[in-house]
Amino acid sequence: SQQVRGMATLKMISIRLKSVKNIQKITQSMKMVSAAKYTKAERELKLARPYGIGAQEFYKKAEVKDEEGEKGQLIIAVSSDRGLCGAVHSSIGRIVKTDIAANPNTKVVIVGDKVRNILQRLYAKNIAMVVTEVGRKPAVFGDAALVAQSIISSGIEFSKGKILFNAFRTVVSFRTTEMPLYSQDAVANASKLPVYDSLDSDVIQSYTEFSLASLLFYSMKENATSEQSSRMTAMDNASKNAGEMIDKLTMTFNRTRQAVITRELIEIISGAAALETKN
Amino acid sequence: MALTRSALRLFSGRFTQACQVRGYADAPSMSLTFAAPSQVLYNNISVKQIDVPSFSGSFGILPAHVPTLAVLKPGVVTVFENDGSTKKFFVSSGTVTINEDSTVQLLAEEAVPVDTLDISAAKELLAQSQSQLASASSEVAKAEAEISIEVSEALVKACE
Repeated sequence: SQQVRGMATLKMISIRLKSVKNIQKITQSMKMVSAAKYTKAERELKLARPYGIGAQEFYKKAEVKDEEGEKGQLIIAVSSDRGLCGAVHSSIGRIVKTDIAANPNTKVVIVGDKVRNILQRLYAKNIAMVVTEVGRKPAVFGDAALVAQSIISSGIEFSKGKILFNAFRTVVSFRTTEMPLYSQDAVANASKLPVYDSLDSDVIQSYTEFSLASLLFYSMKENATSEQSSRMTAMDNASKNAGEMIDKLTMTFNRTRQAVITRELIEIISGAAALETKN
Repeated sequence: MALTRSALRLFSGRFTQACQVRGYADAPSMSLTFAAPSQVLYNNISVKQIDVPSFSGSFGILPAHVPTLAVLKPGVVTVFENDGSTKKFFVSSGTVTINEDSTVQLLAEEAVPVDTLDISAAKELLAQSQSQLASASSEVAKAEAEISIEVSEALVKACE
């Protein structure tokens, strides 16, 4: 029965070895694909950064502050539909959860399925809108404009708002950041607004709508770059771990194989020896 | 005298803070950030003047312009750089912000140098949008066609 188990274990080990080798091939190719997508995303981000930073300047220079009202908070959580990218989605989900726990009167607009899955269980009634089909292709301004338009036409009102996304720092690190969003009333009541000449509510409305799209676009670009670099790192680690498992399994396989051979030899020899002594 | 003052500005950089109260001839150049979502045209570059087409009329921005916000109309933006050269760009839409400290953020949805425009393609686009308006059924389709006409008319004008 020891010998039967030896053979069966051998087969099991070889099946396991084959499957881990396949997994390693898959994670390696995912890493290559992510590396290519990351290079492209980083290039586009570099071109989008002046635009995104420029879009935030007015709110800083005019010293716009959140409205004092009771209309609640709006969070736009930027993520994507695809996983296997490290802590990118879970860090956003965690922050949204603590935020909702602190301010129950919060509406969340989710860009991407992953964060929706995180929030669905406990905070389904705070989810105002979900955007899907995110992450397959690089974001263009039109996508952000579409999301901004949906938010505006849904008539969501808020006193304070923020966009939550992962700002790209380096290939190996990203930072979960928030960008403030201000309602039209907040802009109209800004302390330095009287400094700005000839503004009417039409101009303020057009300006805030356009800057919502611009800020969303910028956060999508930053998040996409963080996601690709994070996926690259995650898949690289997975390949390394798979490699270690393969080494260990190969060792076990060889040892088991040698043990089986040794057992067979022992049986043959002791059988032959028994025959000889009989004679 | 203006020559020596500008020479002073060239060499002493930050020390000109004390000299700034002299008058408009010495007004600091303004810092322009002119960008579109997929390209950067000027990133905090000091320029002399910018002409922008906006819905409240086309206007020129000089250093120490009164702070304001404006929405861009399809048209040509002209940037007069410090070395005297002029560059023209066609913008489709966007916003312009002029802040108290003379920084200008010109955020355009699409911006292309005028010399890359093809007048025949622009005229074709105009004809297309006009036929679109004629065949438009809903209010939304009509508005979209009108926007298309506005942009293509401005494109044709920019090419001429």
